[in-house]
Amino acid sequence: MVQFALNHAWLVPLLPALAFVIIVFLTRPWPKVSSTVSIAAILSSFVLSSSIAYGVFTNPGFIEKPLVYSLRWFGMEGFTVHVGVMLDPTSTMMLFMVSMVATLIQIYSTGYMEGDPQYSVFFSYLSLFAASMLGLVISSNLLQMFVMWELVGLCSFLLIGFYTFKISAREAAKKAFITTRIGDFGMLLGLLFLQIVFGTLDLTELAQRVPAFEQFGISLGLLTLIAILLFIGPIGKSGQFPLHVWLPDAMEGPTPVSALIHAATMVVAGVYLVGRTLFLFAEVPGAMEVVAFTGAFTALFAATIAVTQREIKRILAYSTVSQLGYMMLALGVGSLSASMFHLWTHAFFKALMFLGAGSVLHALHHKADVWDMGGLIKKMPITGWTFVVGGLAIAGIPPFAGFWSKDEILAVTLEYAKHGHTLGYVLFLMATFTAFLTAFYMWRMIFLAFFGKEKPENHPHESPWNMTFPLIVLAVLAAVGGLIGTPWANWWSRWIHFGQPHHGEPAIGLMLLSVVLALAGIGLAYLLYYKDEEKRTAQELAKRYPTLYRISFNKYYVDELYQWFTRTVVDAGANVLYWFDIHVVDGIVNGLAGITKTSGKGLRYLQTGKLQTYALVFFVAVLVITVVLAFGDPTSAGIMGGGK
Amino acid sequence: MSFDFSLLTTELAMFVLGLTTFVLGLVVPSGSRRGLGSFAVLGLLLVLGITVVNRSHQGELLNGMYLVDGYAAFFKILFLMAAILVIFGSFRYVDQHVGNHFEYYSTVIFATLGMIVMASAGDFITLYLGMELMTISFIILVAFRFIEGKSLEAGIKYLLLAAMSSAVTLYGLSLVYGATGTIIIGQVAQAVAGGGASPLLIVGLTMLVAGLGFKVAAVPFHMWSPDVYEGAPTPVTSFLAVGSKAASFAVLLRLFIGGLAELHGQWAMLVAVLAALSMLIGNLVAIPQTNIKRMLAYSSIAQAGYILVGLVAATEAGIKGVMFYAFLYVFATVGAFTVVAAVYNKIHSDEIADYAGLVQRAPLAATVMLVCLLSMAGIPPLAGFVGKFYLFKTVVEGYMWLVYLGLIMSMVSVYYYLRVVLVMFRDDPKDPSPIELGSATTLTLFIALVTTIVLGIYPGPLAEVANMAAQSFFLH
Repeated sequence: MVQFALNHAWLVPLLPALAFVIIVFLTRPWPKVSSTVSIAAILSSFVLSSSIAYGVFTNPGFIEKPLVYSLRWFGMEGFTVHVGVMLDPTSTMMLFMVSMVATLIQIYSTGYMEGDPQYSVFFSYLSLFAASMLGLVISSNLLQMFVMWELVGLCSFLLIGFYTFKISAREAAKKAFITTRIGDFGMLLGLLFLQIVFGTLDLTELAQRVPAFEQFGISLGLLTLIAILLFIGPIGKSGQFPLHVWLPDAMEGPTPVSALIHAATMVVAGVYLVGRTLFLFAEVPGAMEVVAFTGAFTALFAATIAVTQREIKRILAYSTVSQLGYMMLALGVGSLSASMFHLWTHAFFKALMFLGAGSVLHALHHKADVWDMGGLIKKMPITGWTFVVGGLAIAGIPPFAGFWSKDEILAVTLEYAKHGHTLGYVLFLMATFTAFLTAFYMWRMIFLAFFGKEKPENHPHESPWNMTFPLIVLAVLAAVGGLIGTPWANWWSRWIHFGQPHHGEPAIGLMLLSVVLALAGIGLAYLLYYKDEEKRTAQELAKRYPTLYRISFNKYYVDELYQWFTRTVVDAGANVLYWFDIHVVDGIVNGLAGITKTSGKGLRYLQTGKLQTYALVFFVAVLVITVVLAFGDPTSAGIMGGGK
Repeated sequence: MSFDFSLLTTELAMFVLGLTTFVLGLVVPSGSRRGLGSFAVLGLLLVLGITVVNRSHQGELLNGMYLVDGYAAFFKILFLMAAILVIFGSFRYVDQHVGNHFEYYSTVIFATLGMIVMASAGDFITLYLGMELMTISFIILVAFRFIEGKSLEAGIKYLLLAAMSSAVTLYGLSLVYGATGTIIIGQVAQAVAGGGASPLLIVGLTMLVAGLGFKVAAVPFHMWSPDVYEGAPTPVTSFLAVGSKAASFAVLLRLFIGGLAELHGQWAMLVAVLAALSMLIGNLVAIPQTNIKRMLAYSSIAQAGYILVGLVAATEAGIKGVMFYAFLYVFATVGAFTVVAAVYNKIHSDEIADYAGLVQRAPLAATVMLVCLLSMAGIPPLAGFVGKFYLFKTVVEGYMWLVYLGLIMSMVSVYYYLRVVLVMFRDDPKDPSPIELGSATTLTLFIALVTTIVLGIYPGPLAEVANMAAQSFFLH
């Protein structure tokens, strides 16, 4: 079984893709059949991924020498494209995690989407989404990855705009698609550069060629440019500043979609891509600094926004942006291990919290404002307590999963600072402050929604088993999923690392610091939003610092800034071009088209229908050709003239 | 030297199949002749199987007069597939419009045999025999609906003009023989290499270009094709566009690259001009057409122009490009014509305007038409894009203008292809009743659809096969 799974890893993305085809062409009229097909496919993928994980994580040989096999897709001289599979601990971990979370989310969706008229369609999209993400993870070269990357983008467009009757959903889908597309353009340029300079997009070959970039005749500056272009893709996809704007709006999709996009697929694709190409970034310190600062800034920036948001899914969305910033920060300071570890734990607690939020929305008939909730834990114990587990995990309370991964990131950042990067201390400060804010805004949400006084107008009820079962599984994982990477027994970094594995001593002081920060955040939230039943202090604070509050609540006006820019600069430019298009381009084009059509009509009359004409044309052509060949070409003319 | 009959398995099997179908048609009472088509398809499938299995059983017969190589095998498989698809896709059409004439199927089989002989011909006589077998079969087929004036007119036009082109071809062959003293293509190459160009040879070459240019419907030898395509029964049109054209290209490559490669300097520009004219006239005149068969006839003239680009290069890559394009062209063309036949069954019209709302009446047919037309226009990710890419990629220095012209004319072609699509998808049908396709036609359409898409996304294996076949071309 294990050997079979290793040799047939391509089945993992293929099965959900097949489910997509089956649902679209065959089972669409029968919703239950469709969801069964979809779940069966992703479950098989999960089983297969588990076998692969077993095979890879029992054989240390895979760390140094990944299992790669590929098939020639198409090619021409100097450019061959393969589609292939690359299995190393990193991709295996991703396969396992993505297929598991996708399975749980699909099970959950059978309850959440119950009775939706587009039920089958929803599952077909989910399958395609899972297939693209798994295909992305498994890719052995960057072009294949890019194709999958775009497919992921397409699926996110379809799913965010799933409620096509809602204008806001349609707008959000467009925003997500266009914003990430800006990033993809940069990435495509980066890929083109890589292909031109190094002559390959194969990950294994690139990893060998890039360190010797000087032999390929390019300077460090150009390599930095390539790395930064490539990084623009992840900035869009993983919601980093300044292309993060699509991510909170993506909440317009059904909640399982938010969970899928924000926990296991799509947004982590960017982090994964940077992780995959870390050999490139590691060569250029400048690009690494860009990655690190983008990450740290995004983490802090999004956290300060999350503090004042009111909609439950929006708070979670900004928290996702913030956590993705952490992952980027870890990559920027050179630790693949810490970044992937946080990706792993984040997938569980974030999927858990999104699904929990979905359960709440399901119960409250889509009333999203946390200020309108309260005391939900009494009526919805499973949702409530699993949510609390998620809250403890993300806040960084030991021994929950988030503590270990966040601590690891803080540790590597500090180490980075100690090794001569003075600016690293700034990164460290940003990261620690973000940790405090995270604990605060998460628990603000939990206290407001689940504790305190019940609102009489709400009639919440616990969700059905197919929605609570995934919550329980994810809660268990969010609780213990981090234990494989504690500083005392760091199984994780032995398997997943870049360069030398990280052997940091357990930094007790740092751990204490992060626990204290987390507790302080939770404590502050407790004081403001639980103890103080009227929430007077909180409102007082907002009133006393109205500017700060407004800036945070309005997300630093980034959306407005973009809109202003579009309205003035882009539209003005567009108007000029529009005039040019109407009067110059269209004139030429219409003229050409007119000539083409007229000549077509004119030439048509040569076709008389008369046999004699046809024969005549034939023989005249033969004659003309003979004459031209004989006398047109000097050598032939010589021959005709007597062979001199 | 022993004569290895096993090399002729495909030809002999086709001959037996043709005769059996013919005799069966005679003995079976006229009421139960409908199974004849199925019998023909099964027989052809069997021959196809034999050919595929035997594809690497290669050799020469009679000192190079008959060449059984990978190149020939590729084209044989292509012809057989085309014949199967054409027959299988149009049982109903034949029943309703061609009538209960049992000679129809055996004539198609004999036409295919002619093409097969052409693909393997290593000398002028064999080549001419194969070509005549094919052409005469086609003359009969074109006029098969003789009760209808158009079909009869097309038959007579084709008879007279084909006879004329045959005469010219034969004349050309005899002149080349006169200049080189041999009729075996391999030896012609040696003679030309030794003797260089002579006036006799140049005139002969011109005649050959004209004669074969007629068969592939290249401008200015194309005048017959719109009238004949329009008048002939639709499955015959389809087979004419696919089989006759591909077989003539097979012969063109053999003659010009196999035999007259030394004269490349003389004929390359000539072929390039024909290619350019075909692309230009074919695409431009297709625009104002209102009859879909005429439109497809002009589009097929343009396609011949694209394929000729591969001949201009006269390299292994060029041959590969021609073969690849010919192969995918089979599916796109048969797909489109099968839709035309199926629609004609119901509405008795080939006018593009009558295709209004086809997507509501026959969604599969409309989809296949869409995909086939887009493939012909060369839109990725469909097969036609890859095909054009391989063809245009081969173009050598000095002929880049041909590529630019090809690209521009491809753009022009999108206009008239999409006009059909627009009518099918945007307009409302005058009569919304669904068009029944029947299972055989549905299957044919499905095969055309899937192949056209798959070859576009994953062209690797076919390109590899074409590459190997092209290499075997130079072994003689």
